[in-house]
Amino acid sequence: MTANNQNLPGTPLSEKDFEEGNILFNYDDLRGDFAWDTGVAIGSYLQGFKDGVILGARCSTCRKIVVPPRTVCEWCFHPMDEYVPLQNTGTVNTFSLCYVTWDVQRITEPEIPAVIEIDGASSLHGIMHLLSEVDPQKVHIGMRVQAVWKPVDERQGAVTDILYFKPIEEV
Amino acid sequence: MGLRKVAVVGAGMTKFVRRAQETAKELSYQATHMALQSCELSMDDVEAVCLGTAPDSFDGIHMNGEYLSDGAGAWRKPYMRSYVGGGTGVFVPIQGWYHVASGLFDVVLVVAEEKMSSYYPHAQAAFLTIFDHTTERPLKPNLLWIFALEMNRYMSAYGIAKEDIARVSVQHKRNAADHPAALLGDADITVEDVLNSEVLAWPVQRFDVSPVSDGAVAIVLAAEHVAKRITDKPVWIEGVGWSLDTAHWTNRDLVYPRYVEYAARMAYEMAGVKEPRKEIHIAEPYDPFDYKALHHLEGLQLAERGQAPQLYIDGVAARDGDMPVCPSGGLLGVGNPIAAAGLMKIAELFWQLRGEAGARQVPGQPRRGLAQAWGDLMQVGTVVIMGR
Repeated sequence: MTANNQNLPGTPLSEKDFEEGNILFNYDDLRGDFAWDTGVAIGSYLQGFKDGVILGARCSTCRKIVVPPRTVCEWCFHPMDEYVPLQNTGTVNTFSLCYVTWDVQRITEPEIPAVIEIDGASSLHGIMHLLSEVDPQKVHIGMRVQAVWKPVDERQGAVTDILYFKPIEEV
Repeated sequence: MGLRKVAVVGAGMTKFVRRAQETAKELSYQATHMALQSCELSMDDVEAVCLGTAPDSFDGIHMNGEYLSDGAGAWRKPYMRSYVGGGTGVFVPIQGWYHVASGLFDVVLVVAEEKMSSYYPHAQAAFLTIFDHTTERPLKPNLLWIFALEMNRYMSAYGIAKEDIARVSVQHKRNAADHPAALLGDADITVEDVLNSEVLAWPVQRFDVSPVSDGAVAIVLAAEHVAKRITDKPVWIEGVGWSLDTAHWTNRDLVYPRYVEYAARMAYEMAGVKEPRKEIHIAEPYDPFDYKALHHLEGLQLAERGQAPQLYIDGVAARDGDMPVCPSGGLLGVGNPIAAAGLMKIAELFWQLRGEAGARQVPGQPRRGLAQAWGDLMQVGTVVIMGR
């Protein structure tokens, strides 16, 4: 069909059509307020953050240590109820230099999101967080990093209790 | 398995545009109307309707499937909306397939629609809600992050150069120049244009990314005895597969999409395909970003790990190559109205295998093609194999 139908339906509009009122439209600023309880496993994880500790969960059947902790092992479907402290340090598994915020604002100093494999967890098990105190051009996969925590009295039991990860000084 | 043969007998689609004047219902109707006309059926012949559309947050309407039902012709019929993120467009024909293969219905209409532009001014922020509300969203992530993180991991693990990834974007956008529905077709785009485009989230640059779009696609599925009465060129659904990996995406290696491999192996087994690289004549892997097409070709077993760029370098993936990849122009070129983009790939195989793809026609009378989509939080693979 598309061979002999060059005139497909669908009428393109531009941003101008909205700005100049060429079309009618209805604008509404939808709002939804939520309060998510953190649950059992993530609740323990975030309680650990208050104490400056990253917790993982160990599966006694698979002998995997995952992070963040969860209540069931996805591989063997056995319960996971043993939470173990991991290290404050880890290795950059992958990263990006991001010049766009979540709401598409341009920024000149990039945010550096990364997946960080946490020391003490099973191989390739990491968390997403941010890197800072580093020259963006020097960030590389395999870089050793450590967590920078908020001062104790400012911690809220949230992932942002870790401000960011920074490179471990190489001696 | 005692399954009935199922054919695609008709297809239709709207243009893919950044903002459509038509509402989501109106787009759905346009595509549906064209699909029914193409096989000279009416809504009376349709026994059930399957609809695919991605997150409700784009539309700001809860129960969007029900909202869109009249445009998809679903009233007073068995109707179901499916949703597996970006994988939806290739999942919804699978849903239609099992409706017919099971013997429950003889003729099923499959509609995929997306209107992303209603989220104003830009759909990007709607994606924030795909991240975990407690462990990820406080970091204010954006959707580009996960692609950039995966792309960097993929490039670094195999030492793939950005130029070789940019070739994908170039080829797909050039292919799309021949597609009457395309939003970003460009016959003259070069690798330099891609490499010089704005850096959004390194290594992702603007031309590595498919555009936010509005659009709709519809196809008609029929059981064998009906298909043979309707057309002498049915295109059979030979195999389907789908698979989901963990949502704990930071606990697995992003370098290889194992869930795509599982989905592909399920589909190959059903289709009796033993050597995919010889037996798949056209591949339409999911390409919302250029590196994703490469990543998926590897998961689909159509290239060795880390070797997919070579298909583009050697011209194997070109429209006149040994295994054309995204002759439609893909999401990078035609556009990415999420669910509709996946079903566009199914429609493309339908037209290609019937020899009706016009300027986009792959030479050599291809016999079998594969379409694949991907989605959720980098965790779902959906695969359909079609043949004539």
